[in-house]
Amino acid sequence: MNEITKDLLEQVANLHDIPQGAFNIRENGKALARQNTNEIEIISKKDKDGIDIVVQPNTKNKSVHIPVIVSVGGFDDLVYNDFYIGDNSDILIVAGCGIHNTTDQKSSHNGIHTFHIGKNCKVKYIEKHLGIGNNNTDKILNPITNIEVGENSVFEMDTIQLGGVSYSKRDTSAELKNNATLLITEKILTTNKDIAQTNFNVNLFGYNSKVEVVSRSVAKNKSKQSFYSNLIGKNKCFGHVECDGVISESAQITSTPKIVAKNVDAELVHEAAIGKISEEQITKLMTLGLDKESAEQKIIEGFLK
Amino acid sequence: MIELKNICYDAKDGNSKEILKDISLTFNENKITVITGPNGSGKSTLAKILMGILKPSSGEIWYNGKNITNYTIDQRAKLGFSFGFQQPITFKGLTVKDLLDIASNKKNTLSVACEYLSKVGLCAKDYINRQIDNKLSGGELKRIEIAMVLAKNGEVNIFDEPEAGIDLWSFEQLIKIFKEQNSTSIIISHQSKIIDIADRVILLKNGKVEHIGTKEQVMPLIEQQKCKKLKESEI
Ligand SMILES: Nc1ncnc2c1ncn2[C@@H]1O[C@H](COP(=O)(O)OP(=O)(O)OP(=O)(O)O)[C@@H](O)[C@H]1O
Ligand SMILES: [Mg+2]
Repeated sequence: MNEITKDLLEQVANLHDIPQGAFNIRENGKALARQNTNEIEIISKKDKDGIDIVVQPNTKNKSVHIPVIVSVGGFDDLVYNDFYIGDNSDILIVAGCGIHNTTDQKSSHNGIHTFHIGKNCKVKYIEKHLGIGNNNTDKILNPITNIEVGENSVFEMDTIQLGGVSYSKRDTSAELKNNATLLITEKILTTNKDIAQTNFNVNLFGYNSKVEVVSRSVAKNKSKQSFYSNLIGKNKCFGHVECDGVISESAQITSTPKIVAKNVDAELVHEAAIGKISEEQITKLMTLGLDKESAEQKIIEGFLK
Repeated sequence: MIELKNICYDAKDGNSKEILKDISLTFNENKITVITGPNGSGKSTLAKILMGILKPSSGEIWYNGKNITNYTIDQRAKLGFSFGFQQPITFKGLTVKDLLDIASNKKNTLSVACEYLSKVGLCAKDYINRQIDNKLSGGELKRIEIAMVLAKNGEVNIFDEPEAGIDLWSFEQLIKIFKEQNSTSIIISHQSKIIDIADRVILLKNGKVEHIGTKEQVMPLIEQQKCKKLKESEI
């Protein structure tokens, strides 16, 4: 493993070393390393590129790391990862993709993740996306995430785009069974002429199902972001979307809410606010001794933390 | 020593309104000054002018022999000015610890950060990693606001109605903090218990200094006003 790969792995998956537990590290379309455990098995797909990650029922406090690195130009990576999480499991999944491209040919990663979550599970899924290298070359990331949250299960997803990704389109859809909970936090930073699109489609089928989406985006320079969410409540359920955007220079953010209640006991809320950094917040930090630029930086750092 | 020389402030939006009218005051080192007066008399405006949050329409501000009228907020902060807002500002993401670190301009150890919080009666471990947002209650925000001023450890501490929303037990604690401070304190307050600890009380009315004196001299004037208001409302 060279230094660049190591560095990217650290940034997208917090890996300083070979991780504990199960893992699969993919670089430029090939498996670089893999480890299975008694409870978690990673199997290569036969019909297409990708893996099945099978977690046995009752697996507690275990983790799976499946980071992806693209470190060459002119490469379009497409991978299917399917997760099967057995009942009563409590696990952490760390994915994420780093693109390092110093060439003048674009590179991309299209990760299609499908989660089948059993009953009574607690799953935390973290994915970070990052692009580095030649500023003028496109680094493209299109994650597709399909989630089926089983009865009484909680699925928590943190999706973070750290910058340097020139184009991204993330499509996330979920279906919630009875008493299922989905918590999504999305943080996106775009600069230069980056374009980032997000689509959330959540079907609240289950009785007492619940979804909370928190989206925080910072768009700088001439970058553009769009956020679209569609919550459909078909039972007694609760859905809340909070979309906060900060723009500067000639950046642009569009937030499109859609909430559809098909049951009188569906309670759905969408909140959105877009604007420049609040003057009051800057003033407050200046009274503590920061100059204007540092104050702005702190506010953004905190916002995306 | 801080000197305000002929400070005037006109609100700029719409038809200009004179909010502060020719205010000249001095604040001596290590003394507690309490500024009191009816709602809308211009107390917060005066405090913001001291901190540089608002620019006076005319007049000058001097600090230790230097004209600081054109100093920005952060320049004044670096001189040792610090400010507790009447309505604390909330953030998204920044935590109590983050702001305490900014205020004291260093990475505080947990035990030091906790000290600031205990001083304002907050159990540190419950709050240190909390985000400073609207999920905190009004009183909690207010106490954190004061903790930040303490963490900054400045030469000039300006508090705008620090007692607002703070419960009785913590209120006693707060008075103790103000008394112990080794700095020039300018406290805006309506509370007689805070006025009690003042070396000097300024009564502001309609954007003008109505009276400067000891609490013994000023308190009767405040009482008088209360009575006057009561009488007016009886008519
Ligand atoms: N930007 C502004 N435009 C117009 N009027 C303003 C503006 N800012 C303040 N004022 C007015 O100036 C007056 C003084 O306000 P200030 O906030 O200083 O009062 P205060 O003495 O602190 O009152 P309180 O006791 O209610 O806190 C008020 O009448 C207020 O409405
Ligand atoms: Mg006020």
